[in-house]
This record gives sequence, structure tokens and C-alpha cells, in this order.
Amino acid sequence: MNKYAFRKVKDRMMISLCYLALIVALIPLISILMETMIRGAPVINLGFLFQRIPPLGQPGGGIGPAIQGTLIVVGLASLIGVPVGIVSGIYLSEFRESKLALAARFLNDVLSNMPSIVIGIFCWTLIVVVIGWSVIAGAVALAIMMIPIVARTTEESMKLVPASIREAAIALGIPQWKTTMTVVLSGAKRGIATGILLSVARITGETAPLLLTILGSRFWFSGFTEPTAALPLTTFNFSQSAFSAIDWPKAWGASLILILMILGINVVVRYYTREKYG
Amino acid sequence: MKTEKKIPKFLSLLRSKLRTSPKKIYSYMRTHRFQILTGLIACNIFVILGGMVYKMLSQSWLSIETYGMGFLWGRVWEPTPPTPGVPPSFGALPLIWGTLVTSGIALLLGVPISLGIGLALSEFSPKRFNYLVSFFVELLAAIPSVIYGLWGIFVLIPFLQRYVYPSLQTVLGFIPIFQGEIHGPSILTAGIVLAIMIIPTVAAISRDVISAVPNAQREAIIALGATRWETSRVSISYARSGVIGAIILGLGRAVGETMAVTMVIGNSFNLFTSLFNPGYTLSSIIANEFREASTPPVYISALIEVGLILFVLALVINALARLIIWRTMKTVKGAEAV
Repeated sequence: MNKYAFRKVKDRMMISLCYLALIVALIPLISILMETMIRGAPVINLGFLFQRIPPLGQPGGGIGPAIQGTLIVVGLASLIGVPVGIVSGIYLSEFRESKLALAARFLNDVLSNMPSIVIGIFCWTLIVVVIGWSVIAGAVALAIMMIPIVARTTEESMKLVPASIREAAIALGIPQWKTTMTVVLSGAKRGIATGILLSVARITGETAPLLLTILGSRFWFSGFTEPTAALPLTTFNFSQSAFSAIDWPKAWGASLILILMILGINVVVRYYTREKYG
Repeated sequence: MKTEKKIPKFLSLLRSKLRTSPKKIYSYMRTHRFQILTGLIACNIFVILGGMVYKMLSQSWLSIETYGMGFLWGRVWEPTPPTPGVPPSFGALPLIWGTLVTSGIALLLGVPISLGIGLALSEFSPKRFNYLVSFFVELLAAIPSVIYGLWGIFVLIPFLQRYVYPSLQTVLGFIPIFQGEIHGPSILTAGIVLAIMIIPTVAAISRDVISAVPNAQREAIIALGATRWETSRVSISYARSGVIGAIILGLGRAVGETMAVTMVIGNSFNLFTSLFNPGYTLSSIIANEFREASTPPVYISALIEVGLILFVLALVINALARLIIWRTMKTVKGAEAV
């Protein structure tokens, strides 16, 4: 074999290996989605969605409080996290050269990759120690995870607004803050909405910080200073049960609901932002 | 922009407070209230991180005081020792060991695959196809870790235990790390699950940094008669520091991952030597024991100190990764402009 032929063969081989890597990475994804469908779908019916959570080992019941708890905690977290995140993002993009913005941007990136369990511990020391296991503690933990993501995406999408649009507004004599809050923000609203949705999808599936804050229970929501149930926690509890025939299918059912919520958000976001990439 | 030039002036205003009338400061604040207000809110990040350091230090102080630096290489974890009268003792060495080994396995298995994907998406494949595959890779990142754990327990472990581990032991059994009894939930299983979980992160960032390599680089080497693979090797070496940043970021994700690891690692406190042994990581011991750790008080303090170790580890890893990626993106963009 001469040298050229050898290089050609090597070229083909390495490129095939790269594609093979792609296929290998997609196997777990397909397997996870299929197993969740196959094992989760049989247990899902209206009762499963709305009934209370039975004790481990007891047949019947549903995951109603878990769905309710997840919606409440995530909603409350968004109420705290979205405004703070957007305003931080506005600062980062409008005053991007300032020293404060540089430092804040860097720490934002660091915080967005902080292990979620560390944030859980932080909220335990901050809130649970004072008022006990509570919805508020869980919401604060999730909000802390949300802020860097929202701030970052807000900043990125505001940067994409063309300078000519800003200049046009400033030329009309509109003060800078008004330009930012009306013209730039409305130009970036799509990107910001995307960021918010993706961060909601991310925190919906978080388990570790909730484990240390809302604790998880079997009961319906009973106040912001009480523990509550949440979908990821319920999934985890069912999966740890010793009653395999009764509880494991429920774990799959709960995770199917969870995955549908999260992938639903992701697919919707993707669908609406597709021309940007396609 | 006009306001940007005034920031040093703001500082000098503060510095020469005595020479400036309150009226001037007030008028400054009025004209810049937008920047000041948004800036104050942007400071939340300092409050959060500062609060984390302060709160975690003060809550783990009891344990830090009791065990000192020895906590880092202690090998015993006994909240309630079997013999009465003996004080509880805590050491984190097996946890640190578990975290390092599982993350190491994850990088070993995950990085080559991620780089393959990054190259395939940035150099070889058609655009239309890219979009679809990127979408799937991002879905992989969106799946919650508790579902990875569930899948690990009920799908991956039975598969590995039946088909992979026994043959692995027959082939590589002469190496000590593959000896001993085979456990389904083990260090190796945790490493494999982590590898799957870091692939989307590493692949997406390496795709981005490789795509950012200026085309002139590729054209030059193609003009010399290189094949596509040889061209891509040039691109990857041009973007190498970005790729290293991506790998470190993947390491950060592997180190901090909690739920999936807790569910598949077997949760046993030991200084394992075989990859088929169950183990513990820094994060999984917190998830597993924190809720039950009420007495003695030093128990919870020790768990928070474990969290503090994790915090410092993650801080260093992520700061490093970010610095590298930023620097690369800057130099790559700079090269493009030239």
C-alpha cells in the first residue's frame, strides 16, 4: 500500500469513527426515552395524575401532590429568579465594559456550573435552619440556579440587537434607560423568553437541592413554610422502595410525566427559534 | 457610549467625597440612576457567592475545629461508633477518592466520544443534519439527573452486570482494578453514567470552539493536499485550549453531579481498590445522609464541610475552564478579524 492510499484509508476510518461516536452518544438518549415510555405509560391514567401519593408499598394512588408541588416551587422560583436575572442581564449587556460587569459576568458563569447540591446546602444553612423544611427554601434554591442562566441569555440576546436600532432611538432624543427598556428589550424579548423557558426546564428536573430544602412529603401543599412533594423527589423515593412490583412502575410513571414536561418545553423552544439556527 | 466614560469619574467622585457637595453626588445619582439600579441588582451574584462562603464556613466550623486538616485524609466515617463513649469521627479521603476516580472514568470514556461528535458536527457533516443532531445532543443535556439514575438502576446496571462486566473481568482481570467481586451499583457504573452525562457539555463546547477556527487555517492546509481528517487535526490543534476548557467544564459537571451518582454508586464508605466495588462521592454522601443527620451536631457539620470541599473544587475547576474558554474565544475572534 503506498502512502497516499494509506492516508486515504486513515481519513475514511477516522471520519467513520467520529460518526460512530455520534451514534454511541445517541444510544443512551434513545434507550432512556424508550424505556421511560414503555415502562411509564401503562401506569398513567387520570387517577395517577390527580390522586394523593400512597405510602411506599401500597398499591393505587397517584402523584397529584408531586405535580402540584413542582408547579408551586418552580413558579415561586421563577417569580424570584426571572426579574433578578433579567435586570442583571440588562446591566451586563448595557454597561458591558464596566469592571463590575466583567466581574459579575465571570461569577455568573461560575455560579451557573456550581453543583446543585452545594446550592441546596446553602439554602439549608440560610433558611431551613431558621424556619424548617419549607417550600420557600426550595424556591430560593431553584431561583439561585435560575438567575445566572436567565442573566446570561438576556445579556446575549440584548447584544444581538443591532447598534443601529439603539442609535436611531438615541437620535430621537430618548434617554438611554428608556431606549434600553423599550427598544432594546422588545427586540430581545424572544431570546429572553427562550432563556426563561430553558431555565425553567432545567430547574424542574433538579432533585438534589430540593432534597435538602423541601424534603419531600406525600401530602398536598399546605403552606409556604411546610415541606411539600415534588416530581423528581417522588421519582427518587419510589425508585428506592423495596416493593419492586408496586413502586417501581410508579417511579417510571412519575419520570415519564417529568420528562414530558421538560422535553416539551425544550421542543417548543426549539420549534420557535429554529430559523435562527437552520 | 457616553456613560461608559463616566464610570471612572464616579469612582473619583467617591474618592474625593469631601471635596464634592452632597448635591453633586445626588445629581450624579439622578442622571445615572438606571445604571446604579441595575448595577445594584447585578450585584446579587456577589451576595450569593459571598453568602455561600460565609454560611457554609460558619455551619461547618464545628467540624473544621474538631478535625482540622486531618478531615481531608481521614479514612473513618463513624457518626455513631459501635462502642459507647467513643467520640464520632469523620474523614473525607474515601469521598475525595471516589469523586476523583468516577470523574476520571467519565473523562476517559466521555472525552473521546465528545471530541468525535464535536469534529463530526463542525467539520464533516452537512448543515441540515447538524441542526437535527445538535438538537438531540441538547436533549441529552436536558434530561434530569434523577432520570439518568432511574435508567441506570433498572436498565444500565442489569445490562452491564449480565453482558459487560463478566467479560471485562475475564479479559482484563489480571489488572488489580478489575479484580474482586462484581457489584452492579459500583464505581465503574457511576463513571459510565457520568460519561454519558458530560458528553453533551463537552461535545457542544468543542463543536463551538472548533467551528470558530478561521477558514483560512483549513484552506491553507487543504491547499497543501491534506485529507479531511488531517485538516480537522489542524483545526483541533488550533482550538486546543478551547477544547481543554470544554473538558475541564465537563470535569466540573462530573464532580458536582449528585442524584444519578447517588443512585448507581452503591453508597458504601470505603477506600476501594477495584472499580467493581461500591463507593461514595462527595456529593452522594450529602444527598444520602443529610436528611438523617440530626445527631450528633458534629455530624451535620461534617457533611457541610464535605459540601465546602465540593464548593471549592467546583469553584476552581469552573473558574479555570471559563478563563481558558474566554481567552480562546478572544484569540480566535481576533485572528478572524486579521
